[in-house]
Amino acid sequence: MNFLEAFRDPRMAGMLRDEIHELAGRRGKRDRPLSIMEVCGTHTMAISRNGIRSMLPSTIRLISGPGCPVCVTPPGYIDAAIRLADSGTHLVTFGDLLNVPGSHSTLAEARSRGAAIHVVYSPTAAFAIAQERSGTQVVFLGIGFETTTAPIAAMVDRAHQIGIHNLSILTAFKCVPPALHILAIDPELHLDAFLCPAHVSAIIGAEAYEPVCRAHAIPCVIAGFEPLDILYGIRGILQQVLHREARVDNQYNRVVKPSGNRKALDLLARCFQPSDADWRGIGVLPASGLTFRENWSTFDAERRFDLRVEKGTVNPACQCGNVLKGKILPTACPLFGTACTPSRPIGPCMVSNEGTCSAYFRYEGKGVPS
Amino acid sequence: MCLAVPMCVLRIEPDGTAVGDLDGVRHGVDLSLLESVAAGDYVIVHAGYAIERLDPAEAQSRIRLFQDLQTSRNADAGEGNP
Ligand code: SF4
Repeated sequence: MNFLEAFRDPRMAGMLRDEIHELAGRRGKRDRPLSIMEVCGTHTMAISRNGIRSMLPSTIRLISGPGCPVCVTPPGYIDAAIRLADSGTHLVTFGDLLNVPGSHSTLAEARSRGAAIHVVYSPTAAFAIAQERSGTQVVFLGIGFETTTAPIAAMVDRAHQIGIHNLSILTAFKCVPPALHILAIDPELHLDAFLCPAHVSAIIGAEAYEPVCRAHAIPCVIAGFEPLDILYGIRGILQQVLHREARVDNQYNRVVKPSGNRKALDLLARCFQPSDADWRGIGVLPASGLTFRENWSTFDAERRFDLRVEKGTVNPACQCGNVLKGKILPTACPLFGTACTPSRPIGPCMVSNEGTCSAYFRYEGKGVPS
Repeated sequence: MCLAVPMCVLRIEPDGTAVGDLDGVRHGVDLSLLESVAAGDYVIVHAGYAIERLDPAEAQSRIRLFQDLQTSRNADAGEGNP
C-alpha cells in the first residue's frame, strides 16, 4: 500500500484548494488576512516545496514559526560545543548543526581545524563511537524538539543499562507548547490559528495543545506533512473560524494519539525535568526546555565538564530572530539572497534544511541566484 | 529535523530491533520507544527510532474522506446543469 502517493494526489489538492477559496470567501471582507502559524520547520519546508502559499487566497497568510530546532539553538551553545571539541573531546552530532554560526565560528570550521566531530543520522551511532574509544570522552549534541528528545532519551537509557561511562549529552532540548503560549499573545503577530506539527505531536499527543487552545481561544489543528494533509488542515482551521470555534483538531490521527506516545513520555519524564531555555531570536522562555534529572546527572555534559553555556553573540545584521517569530519574511532581511545564501549562510535560518530563509530561497522563487 | 518517514516492518531481529522497508530500501529501526511491534506493522521512523505506529485503517479512511468530499462537490456542481 502506498500511503504517500494518495496524500499527494494533485486532483484532490485542487479540490481542497477550491474548498479553501470558498470557505475563505464566506468569511467576507476583513481588514487583515487570517494569520495561521505553521509551527514546525518540516511544515514550512513542505508548504514551500509544494507551492501551497500560492494556492491560497490573499485573505489567508501562512506565517512560519520557530519550529526548526537547529534555528532556535543559541550561539552560546555552539561556542560551548566548540570549546569541548577544541579540548580533545569527541563530539557526535546531527549534520544540521555543523554550519550553524556560533559567536565566532562553526562546528564545521572546528572540524577543519582538526577537532573530532562525528556526524551521525541516529543517536544510536554514538554508542559505537563511545565504545570504540573507551579512554576518550564522547559528547552527543542533544538538540531538538520532543520528536528528537525521545530517541536521545532512549539512547541514554540504553547507555545507562549497558554501562557506557564515557558518553554524555550537551542538552539544548526545546518543548513546543510553551513557545505557543508566547506566540499566541504576541500583539504584533496577531495569530488566528496554529497548524500544529505532525511528529512532535506523535510524541506529546493531541491533548498537549488543550491548554494553549483554551487559554487563548485559538484553533489548533494537527496536520501531517503531505500536501493534502496541509490543505485539509487549513480547511479545518477555516471551518473553526467560520463557526467561531477554538478546538484542538487532530487531523493526523493515522499517527497521533490523544495522549501521545506513553512509553516515550514516561521515559522523558524519568530522565528529564522542565527548565528555562534560551531560544535564539526569542529569548529565555520559562519551562520550555528539558535538562537531566539529578539521578541522571552523570550523563549531563555541562556538569561533567563544568561547562558554562554563555549567551553568545549573533551577527547584528541577521534578522533570524524576527523571522523565527514570524514578524518578517526572509525577503525583508537585507542580506537575504545576497550576502546570505544556503552555500554561504549567515544565520541559522539559512543553514538548516528546514529554516524559513532556506525554504524561501530554494522554493518560493525569491532567491537571488548566487 | 523532525523529519520522519513511514516504514513497513519486515522482521524483528533477535536483539529486538526491526528491519524496516522504505521504498525497497532496508533500514535498521530501534523499537525501544514502542510496545510490541510485529512484522507487517507500519511505523514512523525518526533518527533511527520508531516513534509511533501508523494506522493503515485511519490512512485509508482519510483517503476515502477526500474522495467523498470530491464526489459531493461534483454532485453540487452538477445540480445547476442539465
Ligand atoms: S537571510 Fe540570512 S541573515 Fe537574513 S535573517 Fe535569514 S539567515 Fe539571517
